[in-house]
Amino acid sequence: MLLIALSVLLITAVIAFELYWHSRLSIAKFGWAFLWQSTWDPVAEEFGALPFLYGTLVTSIIGLLIAIPIGLGVAIFLSELAPRWLSDPITFLVELLAAIPSVIYGLIGIFVLVPWIRNVLEPILSATLGFLPIFQGAPYGVGMLTAGIVLAIMVIPFIVSVSREVLIAVPRSQREAILSLGATRWEMVWIAILPYARSGILGSIFLALARALGETMAVTMVIGNRPEISASLFEPGYTMASVIANEFTEATSDLYVSALVEIGLVLFAVTVVVNALARLLIYSVSTKRGAIRT
Amino acid sequence: MLSLTGLFTLLTLGVLFFILGYITYHGITALDWDFFTKLPKPVGETGGGMANAIVGTIKLLGLASLIGVPIGFFGGVYLSEYGKETTLGFLVRFSTDLLNGFPSIVMGIFAYILIVLPMKHFSALAGGFALGIMMIPIALRSTEEFLTLVPASIREAALALGLPEWKVITFVVIPTAFRGILTGVMLDIARVAGETAPLLFTAFSNRFWAKGLMEPTASLPVMIYTYAIAPYEDWHRQAWAAGMVLLMLVLVANLVARLVLHRRFFQSGAS
Repeated sequence: MLLIALSVLLITAVIAFELYWHSRLSIAKFGWAFLWQSTWDPVAEEFGALPFLYGTLVTSIIGLLIAIPIGLGVAIFLSELAPRWLSDPITFLVELLAAIPSVIYGLIGIFVLVPWIRNVLEPILSATLGFLPIFQGAPYGVGMLTAGIVLAIMVIPFIVSVSREVLIAVPRSQREAILSLGATRWEMVWIAILPYARSGILGSIFLALARALGETMAVTMVIGNRPEISASLFEPGYTMASVIANEFTEATSDLYVSALVEIGLVLFAVTVVVNALARLLIYSVSTKRGAIRT
Repeated sequence: MLSLTGLFTLLTLGVLFFILGYITYHGITALDWDFFTKLPKPVGETGGGMANAIVGTIKLLGLASLIGVPIGFFGGVYLSEYGKETTLGFLVRFSTDLLNGFPSIVMGIFAYILIVLPMKHFSALAGGFALGIMMIPIALRSTEEFLTLVPASIREAALALGLPEWKVITFVVIPTAFRGILTGVMLDIARVAGETAPLLFTAFSNRFWAKGLMEPTASLPVMIYTYAIAPYEDWHRQAWAAGMVLLMLVLVANLVARLVLHRRFFQSGAS
């Protein structure tokens, strides 16, 4: 029993080691420069991961910018405003959203979201906010903005379910104290509840960030897959996860495979750090009530 | 301001219902008997189905369960019965939660390195292995959680009869929590059933029936991906059909699992 429990620790360690071991060719050849070189040319065997780091970061930020207010709003609605008979089934439905496989999001993304963004959203954005460099350029439909929107939909359930549990865990006395001072319901949420639940909410955001960083299929299907860095969000991009998904089976040389594994290693390291932060924050509010599941 | 939160809730639910409705609408018109019984047709010919991918998915999930469920189950029993307050228990719990957060594509690379590279070809075994590792965290945590929920009075009653601790755990605690554990496993299988990324370069795909576990194997998620990004109209139609079948599989498993659970579990359950 103990051995099996220990095997979980072992698996985590072996994954880290194997990723490092199989990227050593690329690490030896490019060193740290791998992280800030922006040429990705398999033919010339020049590999730099910057376009992928950039794409991953930008799409995740867009995703979070959309998902945080919506997710928190839903969590506040479910924990503070909705009566129990309404709140439980809605929570269940939001969790169903998390259960939908990512390839299905990709399918909807390709056939519904991309045409809509190309024909409706991007023309509107460039007409109204076109003075900003991020909203300039031809509306392709596929691109960073689309990937960010898909990510937002995919991470909202994580923010909702963790934040809701954290909000519910805020003690009654907090609410009663501020209400007795004559606060409105909104002031109660804003002044007494959110600050109290801050670390747990932060945890839920980090958890959502980790999911967004590692999300592969849905992003690969709508981002356009072009290793370039451009200011416009309308332009196609590429992420760490999607370049691995697209090119791993095509990688012919050892160095090429090694470079892709190194991207995997970077992705792994980043998500481990973000996840660890998220978990520690969530543990800190949930120690008394047992684990909050996600 | 408060009405804004209600609006966000409606928006989120709207997205869910839109996805369900849209997939069902396109899936149902594309779904026919051939889909379940025929092999994929070569490019250019219309018709054909995904029988091999359906069988492949079942095969991969079976393999994954063989790897993920036992490790998750025994690990969970350890955590809830022996490692509750210990440092080691905390470490195991923490690394389980980390494992849960690893990007699925990283699991694919891991299985590729461990199985595909030494064997020199893609196989169902590698795909099942990748999915199996991904199943461990949820199987483990849900086992732990349902065992923790077994009331102390039941344990004490059994201990009072003079039974040794291992007997109490095996014959009293685990059977009490069995239904919950089973449901956790079901949610777990539903979760990995839709995984695509780790299968792209482990199980790969196959347009014919795969013989045994050592050959590349088709699966529904990979077929959806391949068919959706292909330029053929007929393939898109089949991608919708496959999408609907996969979605129904996942949602029905989720619904059943949560409905058979006690109300209390129903509320705390996130997958």
